[in-house]
Amino acid sequence: MTNQEVRSTTNAAGLTRADYKGAPSTLCQGCGHNGIASQIVAACYELDIVPETVLKFSGIGCSSKSPTYFLSRSFGFNGLHGRMPSLALGAMFADLSLRGIGVSGDGDSASIGLGQFKHLIRRNLPMVYIVENNGVYGLTKGQFSATSEKGLYLKHQGTNPFMPIDLCLEAIASNATFVARSFAGDPKQLKELIKAAFSHRGIAVLDVISPCVTFHNQDDSIHSYTFGREHEEALHEISYIPPREEITIEDFEEGSAREVTLHDGSMIVLKKLAQDYDPTDRFQAIRVLEEAAQNRQLLTGLIYINPNAPTLFDAYHLPETALNRLPAEKLRPTPASLDALNASMA
Amino acid sequence: MTEVHPHLDGTPIVNDFCITFSTVNGSGSATANNILLRSLFRMGIPVSGKNIFPSNIQGLPTWYTIRVSKDGYLARVAKDDIVVAMNHATFAKEQEFLVPGGVLLYADDIKAPITRSDIIVYPMPVKKLVKDADVAPKLRDYIANMVYVGVLAQLLGIDLDVIHQALQYHFKGKEKPIASNFGVAKAAFEWAAANLQKRDAYRVERMNATEGYIMADGNTSAAIGALYGGMQFAAWYPITPASSLAEAFQEYVPALRTDPETGKQTCAVVQAEDELAAIGMVVGAGWAGLRAMTSTSGPGLSLMSEYLGLAYYAEVPLVVWDVQRVGPSTGLPTRTAQCDMTQAYFISHGDTQFIMLMPGSVNECFEFGWRALDLAEQFQTPVIVMSDLDLGMNQWMTPKFQYPDTPIQRGKVLWEEDLEKMLTERNGDWGRYLDIDGDGVPYRTVPGNRHPRSAYFARGTGHDEYGRYSEEAETWERVFARIARKFETARLVLPKPEIRRKEGARVGILAYGSTDPAIIEAQDQLAAQGLPTDYLRVRAVPFADEVYDFIRTHERTYVVEMNRDSQMWQLLTINLPDDCRSLRKTAHMDGMPLTADWVREAILAQEEK
Repeated sequence: MTNQEVRSTTNAAGLTRADYKGAPSTLCQGCGHNGIASQIVAACYELDIVPETVLKFSGIGCSSKSPTYFLSRSFGFNGLHGRMPSLALGAMFADLSLRGIGVSGDGDSASIGLGQFKHLIRRNLPMVYIVENNGVYGLTKGQFSATSEKGLYLKHQGTNPFMPIDLCLEAIASNATFVARSFAGDPKQLKELIKAAFSHRGIAVLDVISPCVTFHNQDDSIHSYTFGREHEEALHEISYIPPREEITIEDFEEGSAREVTLHDGSMIVLKKLAQDYDPTDRFQAIRVLEEAAQNRQLLTGLIYINPNAPTLFDAYHLPETALNRLPAEKLRPTPASLDALNASMA
Repeated sequence: MTEVHPHLDGTPIVNDFCITFSTVNGSGSATANNILLRSLFRMGIPVSGKNIFPSNIQGLPTWYTIRVSKDGYLARVAKDDIVVAMNHATFAKEQEFLVPGGVLLYADDIKAPITRSDIIVYPMPVKKLVKDADVAPKLRDYIANMVYVGVLAQLLGIDLDVIHQALQYHFKGKEKPIASNFGVAKAAFEWAAANLQKRDAYRVERMNATEGYIMADGNTSAAIGALYGGMQFAAWYPITPASSLAEAFQEYVPALRTDPETGKQTCAVVQAEDELAAIGMVVGAGWAGLRAMTSTSGPGLSLMSEYLGLAYYAEVPLVVWDVQRVGPSTGLPTRTAQCDMTQAYFISHGDTQFIMLMPGSVNECFEFGWRALDLAEQFQTPVIVMSDLDLGMNQWMTPKFQYPDTPIQRGKVLWEEDLEKMLTERNGDWGRYLDIDGDGVPYRTVPGNRHPRSAYFARGTGHDEYGRYSEEAETWERVFARIARKFETARLVLPKPEIRRKEGARVGILAYGSTDPAIIEAQDQLAAQGLPTDYLRVRAVPFADEVYDFIRTHERTYVVEMNRDSQMWQLLTINLPDDCRSLRKTAHMDGMPLTADWVREAILAQEEK
């Protein structure tokens, strides 16, 4: 398609791609985060999501600037370092018909915010949680992060003596219901995973390796473009099929595809690559992550999913009407109830 | 107190004394103490109860004091008229606090010596009475305290019927515990009638002074107030002495906030992983258009400081209840104080301002429960309510809760039609932080608004009137000055101070919060001793003009408070640099609620200088 055709095309929501755009990026040229923002735009457009029904959240850091680079027509809140999860949790109670997307980084989620990251997962708040993972603190000009590899050499800091935190493992250990890893340099897979994440009923954690072209793009580092392209080991080829669309899986060889039906009726089709991988098996998920780490591979794809786990909101008895639209008369108990209360305390 | 104790000349002392119960925590004494408190209240006698307890679950000494006061004084008294000693470990110390002619009731298995000869002593056969009662052996320890309830009822003149009613109230009509507790109380009552020769002067008589009053604690009342204030979201993390505030939601939400039409609940409460998360959740909820609050104590408030700065600058409405305890650090976590005043005032980095409300009674905890939510939304800013352990956790007699006299105030929120109308009227010019009315308070939209112009990106980084990122010097200064203007608007509508005057007063007392009963009593005592004073109780920060006028129109003003460093004095001093020389520091913090004696003596000592 030419650019002209792209602009004139509308989706089922009657919106064009331009309706999903954000402000121009102020991140570095070639930053992996920009590619992720583009795929968020593409995924939302293709899913016919109305931008006004999306809430964007972020913490602090380069990654956390990204929500301004997509979905300008969505409400957003750029909160505190590492504390986007709590901000999102409170806000999402306001209107359960809205979708949430949080964008965080490895500094934000693996260090200061590791506690909030895990507790949000534990509560299974329905939202998409993207970690733009570059293994470095970019906005403060290149310090080690908690996902930096052991032995990484950085100009000002020397050699990193510590083992990295694997956010996918942390997520699975915290009973995440959707855990995926992708690579900013693999837009096709990334887009499919973002679409699947939006359809997941629960927390959808996407750890996206996103190279920092300024402070940390050394060819032999796991957080670089070169390494990612050469060592990306996809678990499967992934296709997302929206709800109510006729499912056609002719593309896939008989017996080699695995389908996962999501709560909204959409489906993820995983085409078998080298291994027969079952993403609903939590033990296997942990095993492949450990193996990939030992073999220094960048394992990507849908690592774990449990599409039917209860969400945070299943623990509450909230009305159909959005909580933030309830009129005052629904919020203040009657004078008679106060009389009864006073009588009971007299 | 008079020099010669009334008892020593044989005069009965009616409805004017103080009882302290010395027990071991975890022994079930709370039931017994509450039964007595409520029985006296039901007899129409003004009464107050204070729990002095350790930060521990079982085995350490704990005290409970009940003051009955025909004159309606509810403050703590440092001396005891009657001591009920159930704990051998503190037996010797207990006796020191008794007034001459006072009464010592004690469990007769305590073998420690009686060191006072000027008191009246009644041993109680606690073990025997409990053993004879029809109670399962494992419950005996818990029910032992009902022995002193029965003995005191007999000695003081409380009808057993009243005790029974109080038990019915306490156990919400559950027959089994009512019967077993009452059985012990009755046996003890009968034992006392048959075996004790009353030699003391203390009696109670029915009055009619509690009509229109209820008994409640401040934390429960704050929670109920918030539910009447349309609270929609609360997040909290356990901390003494604030936990019972959020826990009260669990008790009252089903009855008060279940929509009769849908059967659904119109608010949500989340127990967060820490205070950092609790305030984050509340900021998110407040931004998204929910009336949101959290409750904590000093250490938790410290953890909330960064998000409070963001909420100030991004203009997010929310309410924080700080139920103060003795700090810094873990300090005395089960003791009361007013030592977070400067923390709350200056909380967060950068230049910030916060609305603070200081409830002075349990009834006012209810009122500020709903009013704080109104103020937060009206001014799109955090409101910090400064309660304390004494107010929050103790049972107080307080006027009945009054239904809010104004409808719920949601402030300037634009939904789809409102925004469309505004855009039409203003030729499409609307911005989240645009001061359209000139009062410093902008209009806000909230998530879920489907109007294509409604969305904005909230942030703690520099932004202009339209919510756009900006690092421009002029923009920062302009937006920041506008936010300051908002607080000048707020200052005029915040709860005014209450002033209690005395004829001919030239000296002022300024105080706030739970010290109110001690100040009132001290004010009356000072007047009786020839020093009339006017008393102003501050209820809100930023200070109303009435506060400044009061200070300017009194020769001296004693600023009485429960902290070491005279925190309210500090705040007044920086707000009133030219007139602060007349302010006198009168601060005291030892973890115990202030007494009128201390207030009176502290003021007299400075007057004599």
